[in-house]
Amino acid sequence: MMELVICSGKGGTGKTSVVAAFAALAEDFVLADCDVDAPNLHLVSEPTLEHRASFTAGHVARIDPDLCVGCGDCRELCRFDAISGPDDPNRTAPFSVAPLRCEGCGVCVHFCPIGAISFPARTCGEWFISEAPHGPLVHATLDVGAENSGKMVTRVREEAFRLAGSLNVPWVLVDGPPGIGCPVTAALTGADLALLVTEPSMSGLHDLERIADLAAHFGVPALVCINKFDLSPLLTDRIEAFCRDRELPLIGRIPFEPKVNQAQAARCSLIDYAPRCEAAHVLKAMWHAIERRTAGTSLAKG
Amino acid sequence: MRIAVASGKGGTGKTTVAVNLAMAAARSGRSVHLFDCDVEAPNAHLFLHPRYQRIWAVTTPTPVVDQAACSHCGACADLCEFNALACLPEATLVFPDLCHSCGGCWLVCPRQAIAPKGRSLGEISNGNSGALNFTMGRLRLGETLVPALIRAVKAVPSQAQWIFLDAPPGTTCPVVETLDGVDFVLLVTEPTAFGLHDLDLAVSLVRQMDLPFGVIINRAELTPGPVERYCRDQGLDILARIPFRRSVAAACAEGGLAMDADPAVGRTFRRVFTDLTSREVVA
Amino acid sequence: MKLVIPSEGPNPTDSVDPRFGRAKFLILIDTKTETHMALDNAAGVDAQQGAGVLAARKVVELGADALLTGHCGPKAFDILTAAGVKVHTAPTGSVAAALRAMWEGELPCLTVPNGLGRH
Repeated sequence: MMELVICSGKGGTGKTSVVAAFAALAEDFVLADCDVDAPNLHLVSEPTLEHRASFTAGHVARIDPDLCVGCGDCRELCRFDAISGPDDPNRTAPFSVAPLRCEGCGVCVHFCPIGAISFPARTCGEWFISEAPHGPLVHATLDVGAENSGKMVTRVREEAFRLAGSLNVPWVLVDGPPGIGCPVTAALTGADLALLVTEPSMSGLHDLERIADLAAHFGVPALVCINKFDLSPLLTDRIEAFCRDRELPLIGRIPFEPKVNQAQAARCSLIDYAPRCEAAHVLKAMWHAIERRTAGTSLAKG
Repeated sequence: MRIAVASGKGGTGKTTVAVNLAMAAARSGRSVHLFDCDVEAPNAHLFLHPRYQRIWAVTTPTPVVDQAACSHCGACADLCEFNALACLPEATLVFPDLCHSCGGCWLVCPRQAIAPKGRSLGEISNGNSGALNFTMGRLRLGETLVPALIRAVKAVPSQAQWIFLDAPPGTTCPVVETLDGVDFVLLVTEPTAFGLHDLDLAVSLVRQMDLPFGVIINRAELTPGPVERYCRDQGLDILARIPFRRSVAAACAEGGLAMDADPAVGRTFRRVFTDLTSREVVA
Repeated sequence: MKLVIPSEGPNPTDSVDPRFGRAKFLILIDTKTETHMALDNAAGVDAQQGAGVLAARKVVELGADALLTGHCGPKAFDILTAAGVKVHTAPTGSVAAALRAMWEGELPCLTVPNGLGRH
């Protein structure tokens, strides 16, 4: 089984559209949408929900207003400004915790002299297994304001592996999160291969450098493709130079294609919507290049 | 007045809007300060070419255990919600990269054997681009405590009357940290299915945080589509529609300001700023 | 001798879990009393971070002499090394088979961590 993670560093470069295209081209696979903050992969198709489960991570403090005596120790000790009390302008009751600010450290819970603070598990989202036209999709949503520590990403990946193992399919295709933080780390570590999707802009190049560093740090071999390359030949050249310097194989230059948005609106991949456009040809060539690179390598995965 | 520029979806043009709006305000003679709070992938400086007066490291306190004083009672490890400590018969180990700097361990230690020591979160650069004051945070690669660095960025003192904050994309806690305490949020979206989906997430967040907000549609199309209908159905203020122009996209790609590439875009940003000046500041 | 083996199920016939921190069960085997005990590792499965730290602390608490595992991350490895617990690489297969391989002397000691690299 091979795991391909598609990342970008910069958001909006076209990761999800590339994953959707590969899903239309690959034979047998499980899809994982690890952009749990703003998942979009389920929008490209009309998947049927098969399984859902709620997701807890850490705890959140809750002060019982009936027990609270207003000593203010909790507010003193809280390092996250999550507790407000009577002398704050907007408070009318005893001390209370703002859940969006609460870090879940438990310090107030531990040190409250009355034991007025409970510490329930924090539900922070849900994950799902759906059946999409081309294959199964594991995805998730994080509640707004939740901490995106990567735990949800890890769960989505693990479920995708489990599913791929039980279905005996050779590919797990991961739509990675943007950025270079914890969620990306959780998506990249242990992956077999990464495809870094960039765009020809200063920001695109800047963030490509950071995500390339991250992939290298975790020992994940990386390939690069430039989306909407024709929007700036100058920046495309600079990105190509960067790839040469870092010995990162550049496997595709996808031209800007207005039909991408139409395909999105029509809820299908570009391959299904406009198979003869140039961008679709490049995506096909990219997928075949990936297949060639990975054929014959050890596909056994723990 | 503190104005944040945010977006559910990445790549919709947050930084483009933040940078151009701040520049439009600065060029109109106001005192303006732009804070780049997208500390994982800060990009505003690529357009502003700022001159920095000061760059400094930001640290977060992490426990250091005095092994000689430690009685191996395990109270610190038992309290730690983040598994950053392990109390063994011969030594108490600390895992700094798991630590959330809550202070619980050094508070609870009966022997006062634990002291806080700073570990690097990243760095802040402070300077200006012409008349525009500028502060940027950059997270150390591999660091997990993103909101802590954003807090430090926002805490940099500013005399400016107009403060703009370029938020990270999405709706999770780094965005919450950035938006906390602002007077107004500009949500930047694009007229695509993904853009609409993620705009809806962002709208949920700003409503939950009880913040006034308006929408800017970037790469707008000639005919209004689902995004416009959504805004109308939700009763949202659309402050601007910036049409897609290849020439502007290319100029931005190469680090130029959209308002300098196209006078119409310049007029749009000046108009948005004027709109903002006419809104009441929330007390 | 006390050994711990991460497992997908509570019985020696169940498969070794290649992960350590997020294994479903930790099976403790006491060769002196010839007993085994399965500990539910729900806390580790559920942990937001530091699952390996939690599991390693558990192994030390149990007074184990050795851990047989497919993977062991750097933090868990530090804890076990500091506590003098040996870490051996366990093959895939049943827990019982891993034990047998241990007695045959077939399982090498890990000198460096070999984590899967997940959180």
